Amino acid sequence: MKILQSPAVRIGLSISIATGLYGVSFGALSVTSGLDFWQTMALSLLLFSGGSQFAFIGVVAGGGSGIAAMGAATLLGMRNGIYGMQINALLRPRGWRRFAAAQLTIDESTATSTGQTDPAEQKRGFWTAGIGVFVLWNLFTALGALAGGALGDPKQWGLDGAAVAAFLGLLWPRLKGREPVAIAVVCALATVLAVPFVPPGVPILVAAIVAAGIGWFSHGRSDEGLEPDVDPYAEQHPQHRHHLEERPGDPA
Amino acid sequence: MNLWMWLLLSCLLAYAWKLLGYLVPASLLRNPRMSRVAGTMTIGLLASLTVVNAVASGQSLTLDARLGALAAAAIALWFRAPFLVVVIAGAAAAAGLRLLGWN
Repeated sequence: MKILQSPAVRIGLSISIATGLYGVSFGALSVTSGLDFWQTMALSLLLFSGGSQFAFIGVVAGGGSGIAAMGAATLLGMRNGIYGMQINALLRPRGWRRFAAAQLTIDESTATSTGQTDPAEQKRGFWTAGIGVFVLWNLFTALGALAGGALGDPKQWGLDGAAVAAFLGLLWPRLKGREPVAIAVVCALATVLAVPFVPPGVPILVAAIVAAGIGWFSHGRSDEGLEPDVDPYAEQHPQHRHHLEERPGDPA
Repeated sequence: MNLWMWLLLSCLLAYAWKLLGYLVPASLLRNPRMSRVAGTMTIGLLASLTVVNAVASGQSLTLDARLGALAAAAIALWFRAPFLVVVIAGAAAAAGLRLLGWN
């Protein structure tokens, strides 16, 4: 097939598989956090943004209220608005495509698209990664939710440990350089200090305010923290993973 | 029912963020402050969620098997393991430590 010769399509498909697979962990953790099967599926189908979905169930699992879960998920979703502006400037989708593109605007589809230089490839990359991740993420969420529901005691299987690992795994690719590490440490400390004094879920919002303040008042890279969980271009440019300034896909 | 309401509202707000990006004028994109706040907030929230899930139990701080999960995940990430392997390493560490009697 000719379409498979497009580099953006190939990268989009491989990122779809890598990202879609970890929908299993989301599905399993969600049902063990106390959400039912359909609530879990609603998050993957309608909210469709891995970090925000994990945030929602993470707050619920910690005993936080629904409104605190919504707050954490919504604040984490702000970066998708920035991605939307980038994709809109590159692809200029019109009519119903604009509304479909909006739902598919996440870390992975944006990174796949912006890593290409040819406009046709940017378009192919966005739609391939967007649709591919959407389909596989939902499929594997359902699988994980069914498996998680059959597990019994989640603690015995270490699923609370899996949630810790998942959040660290989402954070890790964004810690490129000294400054993001400093932001992460300050926000982690703010969280620990807040835990005894405010209801569950609220310490996360305290950290969000601290982080927003740092971003607002300090000067640094404007794309800091806007890295995908799974870098579509990590294999082409492995040297980028531990470098400080480049964006994935920049010409080396 | 209450959780359903917050959940669906979260979905609506998530879509609103995404769509907003397509509707605001492109000149806003040139304001680096907004994308910087979005980025630092992403880092701060994920760091906070990591810590809360590792050491918080309600309103108290506890050191238990989840710390082992945090360490195992960090080691796996250091060796560039894929996401799913990192998650499994975290689960295995917590489950293993509990088998050994450390809660």
